This record gives sequence, structure tokens and C-alpha cells, in this order.
Amino acid sequence: MFRRLPEAAGPPVSFTIDGQPAVGTEGDTVAAALLAYRIREFRTTPVTGARRGPFCLMGVCFDCLVAIDGLASRQACLVPLREGMRVETRQGKREPGR
Amino acid sequence: MSEAEFDAIVVGGGLVGAAVAYGLACHALRVAILDEDDTAWRASRGNFALVWVQSKGLGMPRYAAWTKLSSDIWADFAAELRDASGIDVAHSRPGGFTLALSEQELEQRRQTLHRLHNQPDMVPYPYEFVDRAQLRQVFPQIGPEVVGASFCPLDGHVNSLRLFRALHTAFARLGGRYLPRHRVDDIAHRDGEFRVTAAGRSFAAARVVLAAGNGNRRLAPMVGLEAPVRPQRGQVIVTERAAPFLTHPIVTLRQTDEGGIMIGDSLEEAGFDTRLGLGVLGTMASRAVRMFPVLGRLNVVRSWAALRVMTPDGFPIYDQSADAPGAFLCTCHSGVTLAAVHAGKVAPMIAAGVLSPDLAPFSAYRFGVPAAA
Repeated sequence: MFRRLPEAAGPPVSFTIDGQPAVGTEGDTVAAALLAYRIREFRTTPVTGARRGPFCLMGVCFDCLVAIDGLASRQACLVPLREGMRVETRQGKREPGR
Repeated sequence: MSEAEFDAIVVGGGLVGAAVAYGLACHALRVAILDEDDTAWRASRGNFALVWVQSKGLGMPRYAAWTKLSSDIWADFAAELRDASGIDVAHSRPGGFTLALSEQELEQRRQTLHRLHNQPDMVPYPYEFVDRAQLRQVFPQIGPEVVGASFCPLDGHVNSLRLFRALHTAFARLGGRYLPRHRVDDIAHRDGEFRVTAAGRSFAAARVVLAAGNGNRRLAPMVGLEAPVRPQRGQVIVTERAAPFLTHPIVTLRQTDEGGIMIGDSLEEAGFDTRLGLGVLGTMASRAVRMFPVLGRLNVVRSWAALRVMTPDGFPIYDQSADAPGAFLCTCHSGVTLAAVHAGKVAPMIAAGVLSPDLAPFSAYRFGVPAAA
């Protein structure tokens, strides 16, 4: 699916995806880092439970929502990856307060 | 100029017009709805989807009884609509709360409900005050500033988007004609028949029902009635959909069947101005978060303003013309709550040609407005 361009190499950034250790590259968005792990389903829709992944990658479609460091419904395509981030997918209906 | 003949023409295709038109179509009348276009001041846009009883009718006990009647028949109405349209409007009646954020608010609430229920001829129905400890049993996530609440088991809510769609779908299935982009320019009454001019066409009918919200002010004098209504701006906020956590509607706050939280307790006198104000929205959001701090992290997906319909005393107007028999006026603030009586009670009266005497207190005559000649 997605492969990194050879010139896009950079220092590694450690983070977790649903509790599993992962490594991205400095300059990645959270969405890019997840796509590099071939993760296509970022969330399920709150009403029908349909599967969703990043579509526009520019902050418009809201289909790439994930929880980051415990805060739900963040747009993965707009958040730069940082060292130690905890990313959780498949949120479905958001729990109020998360 | 084309001609079209109907048994009844309903002017206005919002929640009020659609409910009455659906009710008329149920009585085998040939009905047309003449509606404006998307530039209309649609009060239905500003609805909050409550089927609400508590606190209504201070100053007019008949209105409290009318509201309670609608609430009592709403479940059957929802079932009937589901059969007629195939759409479930998600009606539920778990009882509703009005939360107080201070002892002063709670005391005001007590006095208001006390005066309401002490009126002569007030329809009896249950309500109670609950303290903070009781509230925590119902809402474990209630905020620390909430001191108490009034509760009425008759209160409920629906999915109003689906209600609107269900009314229009059922109306169409019963053979009703919906005509958008037909702003009514003129209504003439001759020889027991109405001629309605809209979009350059002429429509004939034995009955005309004005259900055009704020537009009724302009239309009513055409049939010898008066509709002293004015716009009242209401702003609404809706959040992203969340897991169910609000088991009961609160008058300013409710969770829809699909999970979104609606916040909407503003009313402003702003003429025909639908702009949003950050000050009002901020106050609404702040009060909501004080009631339920867990709301603070939810994303707002939309906020909007709409013009609701207000009469001088806040109560509905149901009227029939003495000069032009067959012309009726139906306008109110609570088009969702009253949808069940509009379809099930008012429409049959209009089909029969005369409003029942028990609706007489709702005539605009109460404002002392002389009917136009």
C-alpha cells in the first residue's frame, strides 16, 4: 500500500498503537505513521459502526479520528507524531469525558 | 395561468404545516402544501426536539392541558407515523429535568411551578423536586454546581429531523402534493372558495390553513384574521456523537438517539437576524459544562441560529375566520411537542370545517386585535 520515499528518512520516533510499541519517523503525522504500519481502519462510525480510515489527509473529512494520549476524536492527519505518544484506534462512539 | 383544485391548501411546510397537512390527508382530503424555498425563515430549523410539558401554561391553564394531551398521545402518534411513513422518529418519554445551578435558581423554579399548578382549572399532573443526592443516582456525572432539579415524568423527546421527514413522507404517500418555491402572494375568498396565488399560479380550495410561522403575520389579514407573531432568535449547539450517558432530556440539554448532545437554551429578541453570537453560544456551552463537566472535551460539530415564532403571550394561536369561513390559522412556538395534537386533533376539526369550542381560548381575539375587514 504505502511505502516511504527514500529521501523521507529521518530520526525515529517511538510511540504506541493500541498499546503495541511502534516506530515512526520525525515529520510524520500520526496518520502517516499509522498508514506506514498498513493500518487502514482508524475508527468505526458512531451510529452504524462502519469502518473508516483517512480519506482526505488534509483535515476536512474527519474520517481519521483516533484517541491520542487519552483524548478522543483527534484528527490523526493534523497531529504531528511525537515521542511517546499513545495512539488508540477504533473508537466508535466516543465516551464523554475521554 | 394554471389552475389546480384541492380540498385544502396548507400554507407553510414546516413542522406545523406538515403535521396539519398530514392529519388532513389522513381524512381523505386532497391537500396541497404551498411552501417557500430555502431562504424562508424556517422556525423548524430552531427546534430542540423536546416533547415537553413541565412549566408550560403559566397564564393559560388551557395551554398546559393542551400540551399534556399532546404528550399523552405522542407515543401512539409516533407508532402511527412509523406505519404511515416507514420512519421511526425515536420518540421516548423517560421524564425530563430542569437543573438548577444555584439555590436561587432552584427557588425561582419552585415558585414558578407552584404558581403554575395553583392556577384555577389547571390540569393535574405529577412533578417533583429532587435534590443533589437523588440527581446523582440518575446522573452519576452531574457537575458539582448542580444543587437540585424539577422533574416531570411526562417529558420526552424525539428525533426531530426524522419527524420532519416522516410527516412529509406520510403526507406524500397519502397522495398529498408538496409544492416548494411557492411563496403565497395573495389569498382571495369568493363564493365559498379560496383562490391562492403563488409562483404565478392559481390554486383553488374550500379550506386554507395558514401555518407559515412568522409569515402568518403577512398572510392572516388576507383572510380576515390577525397573527401578531414576532421572531425570537434561538441558538443551538450540537456536539459529535458520544456513547449514551444522558438517560433523560434536560430542558436545555439532551442527547439525541444517535448520540449527539444538543445544547440550546437561548432566546433573544433580534428581529429577522439569524447571525450567531459567540457571547450567547459561550454562555450556553459554559452552563452545559457546569451541569455535566464530561461534556467539556466533546467537539462541537455545528452551531446555528433560527427564528422561532412568538406570540405576545407565548401561547399558540388557533383561529378560524368569521369573514372567510374555511380559513384557519395555526401557529405556535412548540411545533414538535404539539405535532401530535396538530395532526390528531386540529386537522380533524379543520376537515370538519370548524374548530371545536374548547380551542376558543387560543383565538387571537385574546390580544384584543380587531380582525381586519
